[in-house]
Formats: sequence, C-alpha cells, structure tokens
Amino acid sequence: MTSPICISPSALREGRWYEYVVRFVLGGAATVLTGLISSRCGASFGGLFLALPAIFCASATLIEKHEIRLKREAGLDGRRRGQEAAALDAAGAALGALGMLAFAAVFWLVVERSVAGAFAGASLAWLSVSVAAWFARRKLRSARRPERDSGPAMSRSRSR
Amino acid sequence: MTEYVVRFLVGGAVVSAFAMLGDVLRPKSFAGLFGAAPSVALATLGIAIYQHGASYAATQTLSMMSGAVALAIYSVVVCQLLIRARMRALPATLLSIVVWLVAAVGLWALGGGQA
Repeated sequence: MTSPICISPSALREGRWYEYVVRFVLGGAATVLTGLISSRCGASFGGLFLALPAIFCASATLIEKHEIRLKREAGLDGRRRGQEAAALDAAGAALGALGMLAFAAVFWLVVERSVAGAFAGASLAWLSVSVAAWFARRKLRSARRPERDSGPAMSRSRSR
Repeated sequence: MTEYVVRFLVGGAVVSAFAMLGDVLRPKSFAGLFGAAPSVALATLGIAIYQHGASYAATQTLSMMSGAVALAIYSVVVCQLLIRARMRALPATLLSIVVWLVAAVGLWALGGGQA
C-alpha cells in the first residue's frame, strides 16, 4: 500500500521571492502582536492570539494565485480551480486546528513540570492528532463516495 | 525594543519554515494542516517562558485552546465562502477573521477568561 502523502520540492520554485518575504513579515508581525496584546491585556487574553490565523490569509491567497497562474498558462481561466485549491487548504487547516487544540492542552498540562517536555510533547500531540484527523477524514470520504473515487482519473482532482 | 525585534525575527523564521513545509507537501488538504501549525505559539511561548516563567506560558496556552476551536470554525467558514459563495481567497480569509475573533473571545469569556 503506497502512502497518499508525497513531497514535491519543485513546488518551492513556483513561489516568487516576495511571497516568502510577505509570509516572513506576517509571521513576525503576528508574533509581535501577540506579545503586545499579552503585555497590555494580560497573558490570558493574549493567549487567544497564539491561534490567530494571520498566516492562513497569505497562504490561501498564494495557493489560489499559483493555481490560477498554472491554469492560465494552459489557456484556461483558472479562477474556480484556484478557489477549490484554497478551499482544500482551508479544509486541511480545520483538521490542523484540532491538532493545535491538542498542542495547547498538552503544553498547558506539562509546562510547569518540564519546559522541554512541554515543547516536545505538545509538538508530537499536534502532529499526531492532525495527521490522524486527516487520515480519518480521508477514510470517511472514500467510504461515503466509493463510486466517485473509483471513477475515471479525469474526474478526480490531482490536488485533492 | 530589542524584545520585539527578537520576536519579529523568531516569529518570521518559524512561520516561514512551517509555510515552506506546507508548500512542498501533497495533497493540498494535507498541506493545509501546516496552515494551522502552532508556529506563532512556538515562537511566542519560548520567549514567554524566558521572560515570565512557565506559569505565564501555561496561562497563555489555556486561552490558546479557545483560539484553536475558533480557528477550526474559521477554517470551515472560509471553505464555505470559497465553495458556496464563490468568493476569492483574500476577501474570504480576511472577512472570516471577524468570525475567528468573535468565536475566540466568546469561548474565552464562556470559559471564565480573566484579563
């Protein structure tokens, strides 16, 4: 049985240099904002912003732009395909949010006993819950729509 | 001032690393998991522990749970706006920030959050 997950390093060449700068700046700004809110409004309120989806806006927009660019190169409009690609990213982020919940819970439980253990345990919890949720969703979808998944390859999105 | 420069550089580096990891992974729904990676949290919590101690970071992560549930709601709303309302990604993700904020603050207040 082959893994449905693969790594495509060539995807990095699709990005423009300024897109990486935008994400670096947004990531830095979100971290500064969280620090500022925590120092002004307290650690409890500031903690909410550790889950701020600031970076997701940039990522989804870039995914949509890349997909539109690819389709336009092939002479197609590509807007709908771009929206679908961004929506798939959002669906993945919803599952990743469950992993983030697990990260926060484990970190909260462990940090006062061991700082290194909190970082290691919480990161592991994030990864395992996110990946397990993704596989569970995939299995549910294929169980619900077996006829679609066994249909002709042309009817299936290569990016799903 | 130095503290915020450090926050900016560490946050930018951690977020970029997770974003690049998401770029190279396929399929896209799997790569989307990295869109919700705790990258800002990893950068912030390290600095918080160094400056204020472990109990400060514990308080932050307790509230982060409300933010994470709000992030799941936010992602579902973005998905619906893109597929059903056929909005473009930028307006859909920006408008939905309001949903995240309302859900996060609402859940935090329900949980008896203290500023």
